[in-house]
Amino acid sequence: MANGRTRDLTAPTAMPVVPIRHPGRWVAAAVVVLLAAMLAHSLFFSHVVINGRTRERFEWNIINQYFLSSEILKALGVTIALTVVAMAGGITIGIILAIMRLSPNPIVTGSAWLYIWFFRGTPVLVQLLFWYNASYIFPSFSLGIPFGPALVHFNLNTWLTPFLVASVGLALNEGAYMSEVVRAGLISVDEGQTEAAQSIGMSRFMTLRLIVVPQAMRVIIPPTGNETISMLKTTSLASVVTVSELTFTVEQIMAADYRTVPLFMVASLQYLWVTSVLMAGQYYVERHYAKGSVRQLPPTPLQRLRRGLLIRPGKAGYGRFGEVYGAPFIKELP
Amino acid sequence: MTDVMVDAEGVRKRFGRQEVLRGITLQVRSGEVMCIIGPSGSGKSTFLRCINHLEKVDAGRLTVDGQLVGYREHGGKLYELRDREVCERRADVGMVFQHFNLFPHMTALENVTVGPIRVKGEDKAVAVERAKQMLSRVGLAEKLEAYPRQLSGGQQQRVAIARALCMQPKLMLFDEPTSALDPELVSDVLDVMRSLADDGMTMIVVTHEIGFAREVGDSLVFMDEGVVVEAGPPKEVLSSPSQERTQIFLSRIL
Repeated sequence: MANGRTRDLTAPTAMPVVPIRHPGRWVAAAVVVLLAAMLAHSLFFSHVVINGRTRERFEWNIINQYFLSSEILKALGVTIALTVVAMAGGITIGIILAIMRLSPNPIVTGSAWLYIWFFRGTPVLVQLLFWYNASYIFPSFSLGIPFGPALVHFNLNTWLTPFLVASVGLALNEGAYMSEVVRAGLISVDEGQTEAAQSIGMSRFMTLRLIVVPQAMRVIIPPTGNETISMLKTTSLASVVTVSELTFTVEQIMAADYRTVPLFMVASLQYLWVTSVLMAGQYYVERHYAKGSVRQLPPTPLQRLRRGLLIRPGKAGYGRFGEVYGAPFIKELP
Repeated sequence: MTDVMVDAEGVRKRFGRQEVLRGITLQVRSGEVMCIIGPSGSGKSTFLRCINHLEKVDAGRLTVDGQLVGYREHGGKLYELRDREVCERRADVGMVFQHFNLFPHMTALENVTVGPIRVKGEDKAVAVERAKQMLSRVGLAEKLEAYPRQLSGGQQQRVAIARALCMQPKLMLFDEPTSALDPELVSDVLDVMRSLADDGMTMIVVTHEIGFAREVGDSLVFMDEGVVVEAGPPKEVLSSPSQERTQIFLSRIL
């Protein structure tokens, strides 16, 4: 011993720990890396020969040429706008329906139930086509006294643009699904929370807003992220009602120059990066509402990266996945 | 201010076919500490919840500080209270639950101030100042920024007591406040309740802590199957119960 004192070798703190080896993990990692390399090669470096002419398998030059073209970017803007409007509408309708379903009035719960039954029970494609042709059934639309004189009058044929039809149609359909998401969140909050809030004199609305909803958000957000990402791609159905969104635009360009595969790649890559942004956004929203539900919030990917770069070998601490490293003795562990 | 804080006369409550309260008659004077004991399912918690409008009384009269619970009496008729009126009356009655029911997304300080600020519309600085005093009174001056999940059961229950006290209630209801706690944490909570009683707070405590009932309680009520079987000064009821059911219950738990 360096300082000349004897150590009690029977004490657990004095005994070095030999970690278990995991050879299987190395084999699995090698297989995965090999497959990834093959995929990357096929995607970026391989060529095909057709009629004596050699070309890139995935024609990245064409993908590149279209990816940032003004037509595609404009169409992507329409797709994003449609997603935002339809989700905002869908979430609003969903909240209203969810609260209606928790009402003590059977007419109110019943009508909410009917709405959900109808809009979940028919294909959204059919619903969109129906709204597109709604002016056939309702050529005009008036606001006024029921069965009495009209105060405001709309001619639906001129008023209903394809974009409006698509966003309203998608929002109405989404509302039915979102209402179940919201309802699941609301009923996940313990009854005792409502009672405690009421016992300090909170009204029903205040209880909902300050106590129940903030806790329900934890349950509501993951499926809402799911719905939003799903909606981003469902907007491609708006092509049937002639909205120039991403898929519709790509199909039109294809019809003119027959670059089918590269153009589908362009559309897919656009959808993919928007989805990535949405997922990152969801992560931070979830983190915000996790306040108080875990003893300590886990580090964000950025914080993990920074911590990972600062690891110095031989020093005990926590690794980027929260694992303990550099702890040779049991006494280091909690 | 009336001398009688809670006045129950033939209070009945049923859930479906089961009658949980079958005519409860009792009085709690201002400043009195009443402990209610009894087997589970005897209706003691339900009675407490009726006092705070969490359950509706089916029959009988129940008044708190001279005001009828759930109804307004006017011209020989009873009018059901509106939501807003119920809320106003609840704000005057503090309640502490078996499972604490703290708001998990708020810190201890936020838990305690949300009522005064949002319900009573108090100035934030004033509410925070009083909340800090209240939390240090229950021994949690160091835990203002802690979330409920970071606190032990006993600490959570003391925050819950502070939350109720910050509404400056005229009556405090305790629904088995120590039943969900580890044995060594019980005394911290009971100490806080004892000091409250010393300050003259009117309290109704549903409990299994016979020692607390004996030392702190001014009166003790034994309930079984929805009726008051026996009531009186704690020492009398505990040492020489006159009813057979009380004797059997006490012999089982003591």
